[in-house]
Amino acid sequence: MFLWIIQRDLLLAMRRRSDVLTTLFFFVIVVSLFPLGVGPEMAMLRIMAPGVVWVAALLASMLSLGRMFASDHLDGTLEQMLLSPQSLPLLVLGKALAHWLVTGVPLVLMAPVLGIQYDLPGDALLVLTASLLLGTPVLSLIGAIGAALTLGLRGGGVLVSLLVLPLYIPVLIFGAGAVEASTAGLGAGAHMSLLGAFLLASLVLAPWTAALSLRISME
Amino acid sequence: MIPLFSIAAILLCAAGLYIGFFVAPTDFQQGEAYRIIFIHVPAAWMSMFLYVVMAMWSGIGLAFNTRLSSMIATAIAPTGAMFTFLALWTGALWGKPMWGTWWVWDARLTSELILLFLYIGFMSLQAAIDDPRRADKAGAMIALVGVVNIPIIYFSVKWWNTLHQGASVSITQSPKMATTMLTGMLIMSLACWMYAIAVVLIRTRAVILERERHTVWVGELQGAAR
Repeated sequence: MFLWIIQRDLLLAMRRRSDVLTTLFFFVIVVSLFPLGVGPEMAMLRIMAPGVVWVAALLASMLSLGRMFASDHLDGTLEQMLLSPQSLPLLVLGKALAHWLVTGVPLVLMAPVLGIQYDLPGDALLVLTASLLLGTPVLSLIGAIGAALTLGLRGGGVLVSLLVLPLYIPVLIFGAGAVEASTAGLGAGAHMSLLGAFLLASLVLAPWTAALSLRISME
Repeated sequence: MIPLFSIAAILLCAAGLYIGFFVAPTDFQQGEAYRIIFIHVPAAWMSMFLYVVMAMWSGIGLAFNTRLSSMIATAIAPTGAMFTFLALWTGALWGKPMWGTWWVWDARLTSELILLFLYIGFMSLQAAIDDPRRADKAGAMIALVGVVNIPIIYFSVKWWNTLHQGASVSITQSPKMATTMLTGMLIMSLACWMYAIAVVLIRTRAVILERERHTVWVGELQGAAR
């Protein structure tokens, strides 16, 4: 059932490829805007790069949250899922994972290219990609809670950002911090461990919370 | 209850301010500017404490499906947000002469700012949902999720080496400040307590009346008022 959900969501995403690409291009455009805004000085860009890439990843991941449950809610599939005897947190975990595969993984793959644009050295690129790999699933998992709570509300898109962005801040701090620590020669180990801890904690807690929120929103 | 707490709040506030401005000595390091702690510290305490209380009432409302506890949580949120804003604002006013800057991005300031965002998120989520029961429950979820931030604020000065100084007052050790200053601060925090209780009770009453406006007893109250 769990795999089936992932398969189904991936299939749906493949049928509507433009949605996936929109998110990815949004990420690329936001990151590319910064050098135009603050000026193309390489020394400054190198310092800013991890923060800019991470903030853009946060926004891109958040923008696509609306799709996580909305279309299923509209055509009634979500109601069937809630009625089904399967465990709802597991279903939510499947949906969050599919969301990550569709939006998070392309961001991770794209990040090294954008890092090169910002003239990051090789090992910093590696740390940036690794930190995004650990951090973006957390974004999808926490985002599932926000998406579930704002399901079917008017102005849900703006509201979800207000709810979810404060919760994203720790991931942003330690994700961007990992790259800064490694370029400063401190080693990214501590930051990476914390990101891993966030991932494990949100893997356990977020599906359960999001499932409860879905029940609240659907009753 | 409400007049009692209101009067207590006014009296304690007057006493606290009197001690704060006229009795407490000038600090030899910080000069007169330290006097902002008489409002800054109580406001910061209240901002964290009210969030915990709000999350607790939300949790009770969610677990036992009681309507009144959710209403209290709704009533607490604006007061909590007000105290959070006050703590940030007075902190900025103090930071300018002491640190030479209105704002620094250190752990305690940032986490207190996140707390303000959480309050705002809670209130706007509840405002966006028309069905009051769903609003209560959805708000409760977000309040409970956000409660992880409270220990982060509280321990931020210990966990990270920050510009914001560590706690000057604790239960286990003797305070690191003059007694008159401490008395003034504690009286001010009592005043903030009384104010918060009074305002929350008033707002809860308003919430109850608003939600029950179609019932007979509210109609009778209105009739009696006329």
